[in-house]
Amino acid sequence: MMSSEWPLWEVFIRGQHGLNHRHVGSLHAPDAEMAINNARDVYTRRNEGVSIWVVKSSEITASAPSEKGPLFDPSNSKVYRHPTFFDIPDEVGHM
Amino acid sequence: MYAQMVKTDAARVRSLDEMDPVERAFQERIDAGQKIEPKEWMPEGYRKTLVRQISQHAHSEIVGQLPEGNWITRAPTLERKAILLAKVQDEAGHGLYLYCAAETLGISRDEMYAQLHSGKAKYSSIFNYPTLTWADIGAIGWLVDGAAIMNQVPLQRCSYGPYARAMVRICKEESFHQRQGYDVLMKMVKGTPAQKAMVQDALNRWWWPSLMMFGPSDDASVHSAQSMAWKIKQNSNDELRQKFVDQTVPQAKYLGLTVPDPDLKWNEEKGGYDFGEPDWEEFFNVIAGNGPCNAERLNARKKAWDDGAWFRDGLTAHAEKVADRRASAKIAAE
Repeated sequence: MMSSEWPLWEVFIRGQHGLNHRHVGSLHAPDAEMAINNARDVYTRRNEGVSIWVVKSSEITASAPSEKGPLFDPSNSKVYRHPTFFDIPDEVGHM
Repeated sequence: MYAQMVKTDAARVRSLDEMDPVERAFQERIDAGQKIEPKEWMPEGYRKTLVRQISQHAHSEIVGQLPEGNWITRAPTLERKAILLAKVQDEAGHGLYLYCAAETLGISRDEMYAQLHSGKAKYSSIFNYPTLTWADIGAIGWLVDGAAIMNQVPLQRCSYGPYARAMVRICKEESFHQRQGYDVLMKMVKGTPAQKAMVQDALNRWWWPSLMMFGPSDDASVHSAQSMAWKIKQNSNDELRQKFVDQTVPQAKYLGLTVPDPDLKWNEEKGGYDFGEPDWEEFFNVIAGNGPCNAERLNARKKAWDDGAWFRDGLTAHAEKVADRRASAKIAAE
C-alpha cells in the first residue's frame, strides 16, 4: 500500500470551564479520533485544557484577506454602536 | 541558534522606492510592526526564506531528540528518567508546532521530511555531537537549550504570525528544559570528585559547539540584512552570542566550573565578556555532514520513518474502513 499524507486538523481547546474553545494550532492525523488523541499529547501536556475540538482544515471556510475592506470597514463609521458614544450626565448614576 | 545561515535569495536589500506598489505596501506593513498571515500576499523570497528557516528549526527539534533519547534508559533515577522523557516529548511537540507553521506557507510535512532525509535540508550543527555521559544531558539543557532560548525569545516578535505564535508556546517550555539541565549539573557538582570532573568534561566538550549554534558573524551577510528587513530575524549572530556568553559565564562560576576559553575576560568598558573565536572550520565541517554523529543521526531518523510506515499505513487503512462503513450504513438506512 502506498503511504498517503494524513489530513490536517485544526485544534480548539477550552482552557477552563466557562470559556470558549480557542484555536491553538493544527496537526495531522488519519481520523478525528486520532486527531483528538494527538491534540491531547501536543497541546495539553501542561493542563492547558478541559475539552478539545478538532475539525478538518479543509472543512473551514475563511474570509479572504482581500475582503477585509468590504467586510469590516463599514463598522468603522458606526461609532454609535459603542456605549461610550453617548454622554450620560454623572447625576444619572451608573448606566 | 536552531536555524543557521538561512539563505534569502536576495542579492542586496532594496529600498522602498525600488519596490513595486504591492511589495512596498507589504514592506510598510512589516515596518509598522504588523504581522503577516498565511493567505496574505508576500514576496516569494520572504515565503521561501521562512520555509527554509522554520523547517530547519523544526528538523532541529526532531533530530534534537536523538542525543537525549540516548540516555532515557540510563537515567540515574526514576525521577530523572520521567523528567527526561517529558523533555524529549516536548521536543517532538516543538517540531510539530513548527512543521505546522511551515505548512501554512504551502509545503507539506512529508515534503519537509523528505528534504531532511535526503540531506537537502539542514538541522542545527549542535545535534551532531555525541552524548557520552549523564553530565552531557545536563549540559545540553543548560547550554544548548540556553542558546536556543537566546534565539527564540526575539523570534516571538517575528513578522510571520504562525511562526511567532509557535515560538510563544515553545519559549514557555524551553525554560523548563534549561532549568532541568542546570539542576542535573548542580546535583552532580555536589557529588564525588569524579562526578564533578564529569561535569567539567561535559562543559569542555559542549562550550564551543554551543557558541557555534549562533552561526558565524553575519554583520556583512546580505541574507541576514534581508531577514532583518523582513523582521524574520531581529538580532545579529554576534549580538546573541555575546548575550549568551554574558549570561552563561556566571552560571558556570556558580557551579565551580572553568569555561574552556583562555581568552575569556571581563571587559568593564563594554560591560560584557571578551572571548575567543570558535573553530569555524569545525563548524563548516559539521554543517557539511562530517561531524561526529551526522550519519548516525540521519540514519536513525530515516529508520524511524521507514520502520513506522506500516503503522502509519495501518492507521490510514483503519480510518478509511471506518469511513466506508459509516457511508454504507447511511445508504442502508436510506
